[in-house]
Amino acid sequence: MTQNYYQKEIETMPVEEIKKLQSEKLVKQVKHVYENVAYYRDLMDKKGVKPEDIHGIEDLYKLPFLTKADLRDAYPYGLLAKPLDECVRIQSTSGTTGRRVVAFYTQHDVDLWEECCARAIVAAGGTKKDVCQVAYGYGLFTGGPGLNGGSHRVGCLTLPMSSGNTERQIQFMMDLNATILCCTPSYAAYIGESLKEQGYKPEDIPLKAGIFGAEPWTEEMRRGIEDTLGIKAYDIYGLTETSGPGVSFECCEQTGMHINEDHFLAEIIDPDTGEVLPEGSKGELVFTSLDKEAFPLLRYRTRDICVLSRKKCSCGRTLIKMAKPMGRTDDMLIIRGVNVFPSQIEAVLLKQGYEPNYQIVVDRVNNNDTFDVNVEMTADKFTDKVSEILAMEKSLAEAMKIMLGINPKVHLVAPKSIVRSEGKAVRVIDKRKLI
Amino acid sequence: MAIKQITVFVENKQGALVSITDTLAENNVNIRALSIAETEDFGILRLIVNDEETAKKTLTENGYLIKVTNVVGVKIGDAPGKLTEALRVLDNAGINMEYLYAFMARTEKHAYVVLRVEDDEIAESALEAAGFHLITNADICKL
Repeated sequence: MTQNYYQKEIETMPVEEIKKLQSEKLVKQVKHVYENVAYYRDLMDKKGVKPEDIHGIEDLYKLPFLTKADLRDAYPYGLLAKPLDECVRIQSTSGTTGRRVVAFYTQHDVDLWEECCARAIVAAGGTKKDVCQVAYGYGLFTGGPGLNGGSHRVGCLTLPMSSGNTERQIQFMMDLNATILCCTPSYAAYIGESLKEQGYKPEDIPLKAGIFGAEPWTEEMRRGIEDTLGIKAYDIYGLTETSGPGVSFECCEQTGMHINEDHFLAEIIDPDTGEVLPEGSKGELVFTSLDKEAFPLLRYRTRDICVLSRKKCSCGRTLIKMAKPMGRTDDMLIIRGVNVFPSQIEAVLLKQGYEPNYQIVVDRVNNNDTFDVNVEMTADKFTDKVSEILAMEKSLAEAMKIMLGINPKVHLVAPKSIVRSEGKAVRVIDKRKLI
Repeated sequence: MAIKQITVFVENKQGALVSITDTLAENNVNIRALSIAETEDFGILRLIVNDEETAKKTLTENGYLIKVTNVVGVKIGDAPGKLTEALRVLDNAGINMEYLYAFMARTEKHAYVVLRVEDDEIAESALEAAGFHLITNADICKL
């Protein structure tokens, strides 16, 4: 199979040259951030680092880290490095503990983000002859806008479907001969099941490839989707803090995602000590945006546990590869593509007068995440009326839906019935087998 | 006047109910009437017992979640249409009812209905005014 590239000179650049390019960009970027972002300047000053101490990527370790907590402290404008009148776009995280994270983009930032997505589409075999169905959500969520922009850049006929309305998705896919599908893997699986139920065989479906991300998925799930839809399914990774999807993407080898290293400098660190670990070590993934203008995060800790590899790839790309994230350094769960922190559930319970004794049970049934929250009934709230208890469950579920953006099933259970481990209730049971 | 009803939260797992009735039996509490409401997640056991103080104490000590509520007890004739007569009184008085359960006496030609209503005092006066005989916990123990 001939391999196509969107930007061949970068995607296949010799490693030494990529590193040189990264070094040049880093020196400029640190200067830009130091001059324009007071928040980060303070962090650098506290650490005793000046922009002139950074001569290249070998000095990266000297810079302070940024965490999600910094993003919240600096909300909304604290990490902005360009005047607002030079910004053209805002995107936001799907759900957070407390405040949302908002990311700003200049036109340059939107361009580079879309280029990254275009690389992913071309790596999945996309060309201007393709019809690309984007079934990620559009709006503040980066999935839809990112892949939409990438699809335009490749020259695909773009179907900006957004997520949901599966009947319409199928109708457009079949009537307009969509060849590439972009959405979350669980939605791809759902669309596949719906097509199957309607009697479509893989050979009846015009799709040839899918680009799926924004939530964890397994190899088993990949094979399932590939078989049902008759396609090759490619993984894509990204986060709003760095731009959105397209930070890294899979090629035909399907053995990890190439990081767009000309824009994003990756490190693996020991999450406890912050020490940089050698290539091939398992640790926390950290990204530095090398040429984003408006929201250039330096050494942003993703909290994803990951491994990087420079092993030669048969696709010809020299860009370093990251494995599928193997877990998190915090207790964040990704359910139906949405970030969920147990502390958010706890906040809802306390607000409605419950004890923080709860348990989140996540499972995957027919490739869809199930999300149940067991909450211990309290003596104050207990009543002999079933209708009132059902109303309590409903009210909790509604508040959680508002907080998280996804609907849990809430079950009130007997006091002390949630299993304790060393006196503390076991908060999360994730039955999904994702690794 | 109202009857004290003890409500117990019953976990949705095997043996949950029997361990409650067992706890009561061990402490010599006699159940005079009961009803169970169930949902997908749990059951609600409502009891009228001969000794509610002991029942309350032992259930709480054994870690059960309980609530004591007032319910209305009314004696009705053991014949077709008698329940309707009582319910019509409440309906005419505009009293909302949450649930009810009934039981028969061993010897008398009477049935007894336990009613959970919005306002038990209004319900009681309405029933009494209509000539119904209300019952108390003490009455129940004698049945």
